[in-house]
Amino acid sequence: MDTQSYMPVPPGIGMEENYFSLDDILLSHERLPCKTECSFPRLGFLEKSSDTRDIPEGSKMEMPLWLAKGLYEKKRRVLSVELPKVYRGGWRTVFGADPTVVDLHKMGPYYYGLGSQMLHFDSPENPEIAQIVLQTFIGRFRRTMDSSQNAYNEDTSALVERLDCLERSLFKAGQSGLNGFQQWEKGRSSHLTASSLVINYRKRKITDLQA
Amino acid sequence: FCEKALELIRELQRMGDGQLPAFNEDGIRQVLEEMKALYEQNQSDVNEAKTEGKSELIPTIKFRHSCLLRNQRCSAAYLYDRLLRIRALRWEYGSVLPTTIRFHMCAEETEWFNQYKKSLATYMRSLGGEEGLDITQDMKPPKSLYIEVRCLKDHGEFEIDDGTVILLKKNSQHFLPRWKCEQLIRQGILEHVIS
Repeated sequence: MDTQSYMPVPPGIGMEENYFSLDDILLSHERLPCKTECSFPRLGFLEKSSDTRDIPEGSKMEMPLWLAKGLYEKKRRVLSVELPKVYRGGWRTVFGADPTVVDLHKMGPYYYGLGSQMLHFDSPENPEIAQIVLQTFIGRFRRTMDSSQNAYNEDTSALVERLDCLERSLFKAGQSGLNGFQQWEKGRSSHLTASSLVINYRKRKITDLQA
Repeated sequence: FCEKALELIRELQRMGDGQLPAFNEDGIRQVLEEMKALYEQNQSDVNEAKTEGKSELIPTIKFRHSCLLRNQRCSAAYLYDRLLRIRALRWEYGSVLPTTIRFHMCAEETEWFNQYKKSLATYMRSLGGEEGLDITQDMKPPKSLYIEVRCLKDHGEFEIDDGTVILLKKNSQHFLPRWKCEQLIRQGILEHVIS
């Protein structure tokens, strides 16, 4: 098994985000439909459809998660966030019926992360959202783990493309564990190899020279 | 707003396996300029709100403040992640980095790398008695003292402990002590041969 030297900051668990995690930053860039509860003077230039100087009250916009989190207040003075359709009633029954068939990557590659973050916004459907995210994960976990532990030396792109980011990292961990075990079985665990960083650098250099 | 900062993060995310792309000085500078502009706008609005009592400006101020925090987070994460990658380079490549990588680092990062090297060396010297212990060796448990290696590219001459000099030409095979070769194998210059 290749020893890992580069350990990036992992994404946060549950409702918390890790400040430095690149995955969390990209996750919080996902857009949510929102409605403004009060007006935003002098920010009219953000709203491309209207020509006013301010953003009036009650206008519907799509905001990235980080902005919605920053502006949201418990007293509901500023913003109200609507649930994206993936977390609403109709889809929830689909997930409840059979979670394994859904293409989670298409639904927004950060299904679990975004779902956990939505719980910050105190919508009345919070317990159901939490429940459905958990159920989906449990339903899909077995299949993910199974496929990651048994796909040795194959092209796994067909398996991976329907998974969201959390599941993909789990899959990758499973694969590297499997590879390590196979190496050990073959007796190659003491085989010193060039580090993967070095190999990748070489590959890139050659492609740079050819370009 | 904050698109440029996100682009920096995406650039790093694309190189998932820990390689270091060139330092995007332009990108960082643009993010800082955007932050400055937002901050100045906010300052003037805050002053206006205080003097004239216009509390309706507060949401706008909050908005800009969120953007500032976001930019700050993105640039901090960008710099931190790069440092993590540079640290990994020390463990993979050894103390001397190839010139191409050195061009990808900015001046402060090179400084950090040198300091890190020094701290690591001081730490290694303090372990294991007088001579210290090189912890970057023996990443996988060793099975024998001497190993068979084949040279993948010309590296010139190589001297081992008892004074013999070995010429490393492409495809030449040698039987060498393990601890001398480990660094070179990790860098891809030698290849470990198992019969």
